[in-house]
Amino acid sequence: MDLVLVNLIDGLVTGLLLFMLSAGLTLIFSMMGVLNFAHASFYMLGAYFAYQISVYLGFWVGLLLAPPLVGVLGALVERYGLRRVHQYGHVPELIFTFGLALMIEELVQFIWGRNAVNYVSPEILNFTAFSIAGNAIPAYKVFMIFISLGIFIALLYVLTKTRVGMIIQAALSYPRTVEALGHNVPLIFMGVFGVGTALAGVAGVIAGPVLSTFPGMAIVLGSIVFVTIVIGGLGSLGGALVASLLIGWLTTFAKAYNIRMEDILTGVGFSKPEPIWDSMWQDLWTITSPQIADILPYLLMVLILVFRPYGLFGKRDA
Amino acid sequence: MHYTARCGLGAAMALFLGTTAAFADNVKIAFIDPLSGAFAATGTNGLNQFEFAAQTLVNDKGGVLDGDMFEIVAFDNKVSPKESLIQLQVAIDQGIHYVVQGNSSGVANALTEAIDKHNRRNPENQVLFLNYSAVDPALTNEKCNFWHFRFDANADMKMDTLTDAIAADPNIKKVYIIGQDYSFGKAVSAAANQMLAEKRPDIEVVGDELHPIGKVKDFTPYARKIQSSGADAVITGNWGADMFGLGKSILDNGFTGPIYTYYAAADGMTAAFGETGDGHIRLVSEGASNPPPTPEAAAYIEAFKTKYPDGNVSQSRITNTIEMLAAAINEAGTATDVVKVANALEGMEHKNMWGGTVYMRPEDHQGIQDLHVFVHTNDGITYDYDNSGYGMLTETTVQNAGMDSPTTCDMKRP
Repeated sequence: MDLVLVNLIDGLVTGLLLFMLSAGLTLIFSMMGVLNFAHASFYMLGAYFAYQISVYLGFWVGLLLAPPLVGVLGALVERYGLRRVHQYGHVPELIFTFGLALMIEELVQFIWGRNAVNYVSPEILNFTAFSIAGNAIPAYKVFMIFISLGIFIALLYVLTKTRVGMIIQAALSYPRTVEALGHNVPLIFMGVFGVGTALAGVAGVIAGPVLSTFPGMAIVLGSIVFVTIVIGGLGSLGGALVASLLIGWLTTFAKAYNIRMEDILTGVGFSKPEPIWDSMWQDLWTITSPQIADILPYLLMVLILVFRPYGLFGKRDA
Repeated sequence: MHYTARCGLGAAMALFLGTTAAFADNVKIAFIDPLSGAFAATGTNGLNQFEFAAQTLVNDKGGVLDGDMFEIVAFDNKVSPKESLIQLQVAIDQGIHYVVQGNSSGVANALTEAIDKHNRRNPENQVLFLNYSAVDPALTNEKCNFWHFRFDANADMKMDTLTDAIAADPNIKKVYIIGQDYSFGKAVSAAANQMLAEKRPDIEVVGDELHPIGKVKDFTPYARKIQSSGADAVITGNWGADMFGLGKSILDNGFTGPIYTYYAAADGMTAAFGETGDGHIRLVSEGASNPPPTPEAAAYIEAFKTKYPDGNVSQSRITNTIEMLAAAINEAGTATDVVKVANALEGMEHKNMWGGTVYMRPEDHQGIQDLHVFVHTNDGITYDYDNSGYGMLTETTVQNAGMDSPTTCDMKRP
């Protein structure tokens, strides 16, 4: 029972981290219809910027400065890159962001090298917040939970309760009408892209010390972020949150418990072929849940696409 | 028409290559290892160490034969066996006779098979495989061949040394074995289970599992399992990003026992483990640097640090590989007839700068050398890793480890 609680907390941390990435991606998608392949690269840039700043000024200054820096960079990419490509349609946009992702990875390797950089959590958070049956929950994880929740609430507030949020939401569905009313829609797009990438930057800043800061960190998370927004429903912020938490808990629990395929199959009435190593079903019978934990979200995505193509909370028809 | 043109071109090329080969001064060595992706750091650091070893230990001393220089040619295999075979073909097409590779036994298994096949089909253009780090025991047992030489101790020899250390610690009653899901991870687990049962039958293996290689984003759930299993010690063969993530997770989540590893040092790991790993991380390897075994070793490490301030001399077997290849080429009197070079390597006893000897056992082409168990600490460290102040201090040494270890190798000589 204690372990369940520990895993719930671990899964929450993973899920919230995923949420910060997918929130920005899903916002950008719903606004511009662009699937930003370079999104995870901005997450990586956040971690590296924060590392570089933390070397001179400490972790907290990095946490404050790195996300806006990433956001500005994102806004510039939108203004001088994406906007020009936009007129040629969606495929060139996709290719543009894809190329950007590759370029950012090479650039990071060029500047910071291929080794993981020594980006660590601040001294002040290097203690055990509490322990459950010998399992330590580092204070840093608690800090991560609060930061992500804070950002979610702030985002929700801005989008639903403020004038800016209303204009953004209006621009989502009726950009031409909003433009006719005198609002600068391209500026809004640039702002949303900037904020979206800044959110990815925040995720990078706080994930860097835990998941290690290395040039491959964008690739490792890149595909799972897309899975998240597809499951949650493209363009839905609430969906992104639910899907992120779902994936966080799904993978954590699958890894934490050795559920064996053998038990499931015998449970439903199949008998194990003997000897197992001669059987053509050997691979299926010997699967354990930790081995397939990381592909479970993809399986979930396939199921969602089959039974509910617009995602859990998506509004548009597929 | 096309065909004759191509034939003619081919013949001209062959003639051209033939003439250049006659005047070539370079002995080219193909380095086939990951230079991009999750394991890029491990591969790149290996490459730096090879280039430095070739330069200082061979080229600066006048090269081999009549002043022929060693040249390391890097090929990126992305730790994929498929990609490695393509790169091997490219290397062979470039007229390269020596292949060095170390990261992943999966790759080594593919390479050794392909090289064996190639050498049987192309007796006029053969290739040697100098394996500096892939430690799956099968490579010098059932899968051994005349062209493969291993300069690292194999997984069983290392586990033998590690389990000696574990058996000597009466506080250890329960161990947890975790590894990457491929041939090497399975070999480590099998060896650990078997040797612990022999040396300390009272030790209980409370967990024995494999995780996908290079795919795990967050090792926290694994760390939780280890903690809740009540294990006193962890054994893992993980390397590269997987060792980094696993080690960090285990240490951060409150585990306080010893962690017995094969590769938990350098490449950013030592810096990341830092204080939390002090006295916990243990590692089995050849080639001690703390305390430095000889003045030559100290000078070598210092020269390396001057050239690569952010690098580490973490794989001393690389110096053995280069020095022994050079000695074998000199003894054979040729760098192109690799059968002669292989014969010279067989049974070679090489006194190295790390204060011991490497004996290339002729029966299976397995290098026999001293193995040490190191502990991660900042006390008594002359040469740290990652400029972190922390390094690996020698705790125990087994001389000529695995000298009498059995082999099932049935070596077929040309």
